[in-house]
Amino acid sequence: MSEPVRQVVEHLFREESGKLASSLTRAFGLARLESVEDIVQDTLLAALRNWSFRGVPENPTAWLHRVARNRAIDILRKRRRESEENAELVPGLREAAFTLELERNFLSWEIEDSQLRMIFACCHPGIPEESQIALVLKTLCGFSVREIASAFFTQESTIEKRLGRARKYFRDHHVELEAPTGLALTARSETVLACLYLLFNEGYKRTESEGLIQRDLCLEAMRLTLLLANHSETRSPNVYALLALMMFHAARFDTRTNEQGEIVLLSEQDRSKWNKELIARGLHCLVHSEPDLYSSSYHLEAAIQSLHATATSYKETNWSAILGLYKRLYAIKPSPIVALHMSVSLAEVHGANDAIALLEGLPLTNYYLYYAILGDTLLKADRRKEASEAFTRSIELTMNPRERLLLEERLSKIEV
Amino acid sequence: MNEFVFLYRGSGNMQSNRSPEEMEASIKRWQAWFNKLSEEGKLKDRGIPLLRESKYVAAGGTIIDGPFAEGKEVIGGISIIKAKDLAEAAEIAKSCPVFEAGGSVEVRPVTPM
Repeated sequence: MSEPVRQVVEHLFREESGKLASSLTRAFGLARLESVEDIVQDTLLAALRNWSFRGVPENPTAWLHRVARNRAIDILRKRRRESEENAELVPGLREAAFTLELERNFLSWEIEDSQLRMIFACCHPGIPEESQIALVLKTLCGFSVREIASAFFTQESTIEKRLGRARKYFRDHHVELEAPTGLALTARSETVLACLYLLFNEGYKRTESEGLIQRDLCLEAMRLTLLLANHSETRSPNVYALLALMMFHAARFDTRTNEQGEIVLLSEQDRSKWNKELIARGLHCLVHSEPDLYSSSYHLEAAIQSLHATATSYKETNWSAILGLYKRLYAIKPSPIVALHMSVSLAEVHGANDAIALLEGLPLTNYYLYYAILGDTLLKADRRKEASEAFTRSIELTMNPRERLLLEERLSKIEV
Repeated sequence: MNEFVFLYRGSGNMQSNRSPEEMEASIKRWQAWFNKLSEEGKLKDRGIPLLRESKYVAAGGTIIDGPFAEGKEVIGGISIIKAKDLAEAAEIAKSCPVFEAGGSVEVRPVTPM
């Protein structure tokens, strides 16, 4: 009679595929990223075959690493047989060196180090931002092309193109898998943080519409940011500030939609259900980010979210402090999106008319959220007819069925 | 109780484009299925998974590299199941996770002793 078998840890495959890819890339080089991805896929398939029948081994991670390592050595041998003219001075020396390198890369601390190098490589400034994100998701987070495409509401071929561009760049420019040092490290860190920030935002603004994949984008962005924070060379005030920002947002995950999957606005959310541990950890990170000395956009956004996360109610929120922070944020990041979000606190502090004046000057006429916020603010000023026009425009612009539902409900409540 | 060999075809051979998350989910479904059969006393042996590569040995000693079958025809593993008769065994096979990957099961009664 068969014994009851061990279960696979949740997300083990996704996480391990990122680790395997990072470790193998150190041995194979970035130019051979496709071979690396093949080895990872073969390894997971071998596990699928074996574990389905024989159960999960005692140490699944070690099992995967061993299989991947053996597969890598096989490929190297095969490649050597194919290029016999490339004779070695001492037969077998290169293989021995390669094996040693592989062994070393699979030591636990080297795995973390490999992942960090991989993050920095993926965020190479020579690669467009959208390719960076696709590459991070594919190699470090173990997402399939189909999953990335669905998370970004785009075609698989588009994602393939983005990945192809990055791989080609690595091949053509002989990029090494090395984290930069000194000033170059500081510069590259900014690109890395921008990429992780974008990754988190993409996930966050879509968790409402879709579901699990989008939430996983946020969790992966947090995992990688945490990796940066845990290493002495990569941690910085900005890393802590970004981590704090992510934690405040993540604390509210479960309250952003109700049981029917409908969107719940900040003012309506059940604050007792916010994750207090994540809020506490967010505050801890915010302190570590040394906000008295540094005030990057991450610091300011984290500070804004900390005020929301710690307010006892929507009404009791410290709106004037939030408005002050938005003004500072706008000074370093003068984007209409920042102004759009600032208008909410402006309305709370100085009244709806000031906010409407700000909103009317913003060049966001194709953005559904602009009209949703404008509609809200117009309602506060009791300009109901204009408000319903704004909501109608917002409904026309949104691609998200759940947003549309919410907007339609609000529109129907306006008595003109 | 009679014994039946389940020949799984196409499992594990056609999954090269599945994501890590999907593969993990697939392992869980197989395990749940085997566990359920085990609890019901219908599992004699989980059996073994098979690799795709093969050699075909013909009469006269000729050896040819396989497999000849298409991906979905290649046997990916075998198990031994206990059931009253062939009809019940086939009924059990209907709940097998192999179908989720586009595979199939062949159910063969073992010759009684």
